[in-house]
Amino acid sequence: MDLHFGDSKPTDDERAAVDALLGPPESSWEGADRSDADLRWARGGREARDRRDLLLPGLHAINDRVGWISDGALDYLCRRLTVPPAEAYGVATFYAMFSVKPRPATVLHVCTDLACAAAGASELCAGIEAGLGPGVHVERSPCLGLCERAPAALAIRAGDPVRTAVSAPATVREAVLAATAPDSAPEEPSAALAVPQAGSSDLILLSRVGVVDPASLDDYRAHGGYTALRRAFELGPAGVIREVTDSGLVGRGGAAFPTGRKWQATASQPDHPHYVVCNADESEPGTFKDRVIMEGDPYALIESMTIAAYATGAHKGYLYLRGEYPRALRRLEHALVQTRARGLLGDDVLGQGYAFDIEIRRGAGAYICGEETALFNSIEGYRGEPRSKPPFPVEKGLFGKPTVENNVETLVNVLPILKMGAPAYAAIGTARSTGPKLFCVSGTVDRPGIYELPFGATLGELLELAGVRDGLRAVLLGGAAGGFVRADEMDIPLTFEGTREAGTTLGSGVVMAFDDTVPLPRLLLRIAEFFRDESCGQCVPCRVGTVRQEEALHRIAERTGAAAADDIALLREVGRAMRDASICGLGQTAWNAVESAIDRLGAYE
Amino acid sequence: MTVTPLGIPRRLLEFTIDGEPVRAPEGSTILDACRSAGKDIPTLCEGDTLTPKNACRVCVVEVEGSRTLVPACSRRAEPGMEVRTDTERARHSRKVVLELLASSVDLSTTPQVAEWIKEYEAKPDRFGPDAARLNEEPKVDNDLYVRDYDKCILCYTCVDACGEQWQNTFAISVAGRGFNARIAVEHDAPLTDSACVYCGNCIEVCPTGALSFKSEFDMRAAGTWDESAQTETTTVCAYCGVGCNLTLHVQDNEIVKVTSPHDNPVTHGNLCIKGRFGYQHVQNRG
Ligand code: SF4
Ligand code: SF4
Ligand code: SF4
Ligand code: FES
Ligand code: FES
Repeated sequence: MDLHFGDSKPTDDERAAVDALLGPPESSWEGADRSDADLRWARGGREARDRRDLLLPGLHAINDRVGWISDGALDYLCRRLTVPPAEAYGVATFYAMFSVKPRPATVLHVCTDLACAAAGASELCAGIEAGLGPGVHVERSPCLGLCERAPAALAIRAGDPVRTAVSAPATVREAVLAATAPDSAPEEPSAALAVPQAGSSDLILLSRVGVVDPASLDDYRAHGGYTALRRAFELGPAGVIREVTDSGLVGRGGAAFPTGRKWQATASQPDHPHYVVCNADESEPGTFKDRVIMEGDPYALIESMTIAAYATGAHKGYLYLRGEYPRALRRLEHALVQTRARGLLGDDVLGQGYAFDIEIRRGAGAYICGEETALFNSIEGYRGEPRSKPPFPVEKGLFGKPTVENNVETLVNVLPILKMGAPAYAAIGTARSTGPKLFCVSGTVDRPGIYELPFGATLGELLELAGVRDGLRAVLLGGAAGGFVRADEMDIPLTFEGTREAGTTLGSGVVMAFDDTVPLPRLLLRIAEFFRDESCGQCVPCRVGTVRQEEALHRIAERTGAAAADDIALLREVGRAMRDASICGLGQTAWNAVESAIDRLGAYE
Repeated sequence: MTVTPLGIPRRLLEFTIDGEPVRAPEGSTILDACRSAGKDIPTLCEGDTLTPKNACRVCVVEVEGSRTLVPACSRRAEPGMEVRTDTERARHSRKVVLELLASSVDLSTTPQVAEWIKEYEAKPDRFGPDAARLNEEPKVDNDLYVRDYDKCILCYTCVDACGEQWQNTFAISVAGRGFNARIAVEHDAPLTDSACVYCGNCIEVCPTGALSFKSEFDMRAAGTWDESAQTETTTVCAYCGVGCNLTLHVQDNEIVKVTSPHDNPVTHGNLCIKGRFGYQHVQNRG
């Protein structure tokens, strides 16, 4: 590799941001001033090249400090890591939270996604833009994962340290305040506020949210924390996998793959090291359950990851966290420091001679990075493009090694499984969908939030709890990648098999209600726009198909019946090819919601 | 003379293509097997000297038991697989993919694609006159080659050829995301400010003519490019001891471009700047 760097130099600030992450450079080959020794020997870049995975943290470091990534800053980072600048440029321009063009230090992300749109996001945006001076860059954003408090806005001000402030439910005045004075913005309400059932004794997964102090390891232990890990050490890795398999737990991220099988497949791979990756890149519009768990019960996630690692023989775990979750990041970072200090992570976990540690990696605004293989690429410092499968991650995942990847909700289910035992856990729910399930309810309901119910409750029962309003028109199940159902389909059982039989999907557990004041065609356009924005661009059916679908929806936005028929036929043809021929789930599901709106709701009749 | 290394004999896999039993050496792709069975499957992003990125999805086939269609160019054949190459479902996807491509980029210099568009009855116009297109101006920023990304289908072969698969220069990469994804050098700079060493290996693998010799680009602009009037002569590069094979494309007694045979086991179609572009001395007649 012969690297070429232009002559743009980093500013002192940019250099400091990178050096704070990587330490000072050791030779001129790494970007330091030239010394006599440098003239006589060249140190190969191999060592540095092995740290390619620090590219994304490096881009964050610059963006956090300066607000954007200049040529000089990018080149300096590349020099430090021996990454070709063209590739790093490709990575930097992949993520929505980075900019390679100068912009103001403060960026205000205003959510214009489904729940927020239904709560008046466009008026909010207009008001904010009118009320803000030139010092703030307003960015219309996809779902910020604050849907229970829609409409939502997130201000990020670059500097050392970077400052963030959330305004939700946002008013023009509060959002402007958050952007202009993030330091004096009021503290966000407790995570428990997103859990209407908080404190109820029926809760299993959410039992500690709002009950324990998320900053106190002792409090977590006083509420049953780390008993599951002790149990795991008693059972041994094979015993843990047996329990998880017998519990019937399947992945909660949307794919519903049996967790025990995944763990077993990873554990039995001869190739080492093994990795555990927690997918906390919750970006499905309408999902916020992972955020609430991480903010309200962070130690539970760390304990669960430790168990997953122990069972699958991994000694290193990555927690890939959505870039838009500053509070979850703070809480988890704090929890990691505490658990390390108390021997619950590190060389000798719980004195059992088992080594395990977790590193947090922040995403930077790319829905596609929730796809497991795209997530690996993102951690590794490549563009977050999905890889084609096979090979599957259990065989060749992160850094090409056997990897078990689970989302937050799936992982925290492991705690009750070990505590109550597989049979008792499997007795919850239905025969084929076992255990408790979290639902993110938002939209036009009185008490939006996360609900925990045993599998098998009906849609109507859930919406009843959340305070469904009169005039319900449609419910979107499973988020933008899911599908709409009608207001008269309230008896759909909320199980994997029940929703499948009803011709829809449970997806990740999103339940968004829309009453008849919400303009359906606008909603569908927003969904199309979302997928067009979030396509990685790798394969043609998705890259161009999402654009053509959005165009067709624009054409028929004001039309119905025969006038829309041609474009609906076109949508179907393109949608079918996208579903059949796209590389990954994004392209394959991008047309689901719109199709269901046409077929089930008669959207353009 | 081309030497073909024999390698270790490989196990044969048995499976079926369109109901016919076939045998293929272990490790072959479905596409390899189809080609040896005489089946024609369209391909765009597959380059014969590169590991396919399977990005274009025009080669999709049906595999029994698979929820989605699978790309023939990169899916390895497995024993017992039942492959169907010409079903309505596969044909539909190919048709739509061709339409999507042809509606967004200029395929006028992509070999064979016009035939496929006809064969699959693709109608790129049906997305309407307002369908978003790339509409980019060609980037003419050096004397050796032109980048006309209006013709680029983002097949990634140039990136792979410039990067880890052959050249190891990593001068170009995909930047941006989604419909805005583009091939670019660092900071979107001109090629002359980039790491490019002008080996032209990216031109060699580009399937659409998005990358072309400046000589070809100029002659096309002037209307004098005439492939039927060209002869191709393969010879040996005389610059250095490596001895790469060069294929000289000659029109009207002038070398108009230089390629290299892909089946050469040493170079696989790759050259350096001298072999690829340093041919003017041959035709200096002054
Ligand atoms: S000419 Fe060679 S070095 Fe330059 S971009 Fe193409 S492949 Fe890379
Ligand atoms: S320039 Fe050519 S080789 Fe490169 S991605 Fe585009 S079409 Fe493929
Ligand atoms: S193409 Fe380059 S490497 Fe090959 S023989 Fe000619 S000068 Fe040598
Ligand atoms: S935060 Fe706006 S839709 Fe989720
Ligand atoms: S040729 Fe197979 S996906 Fe492009």
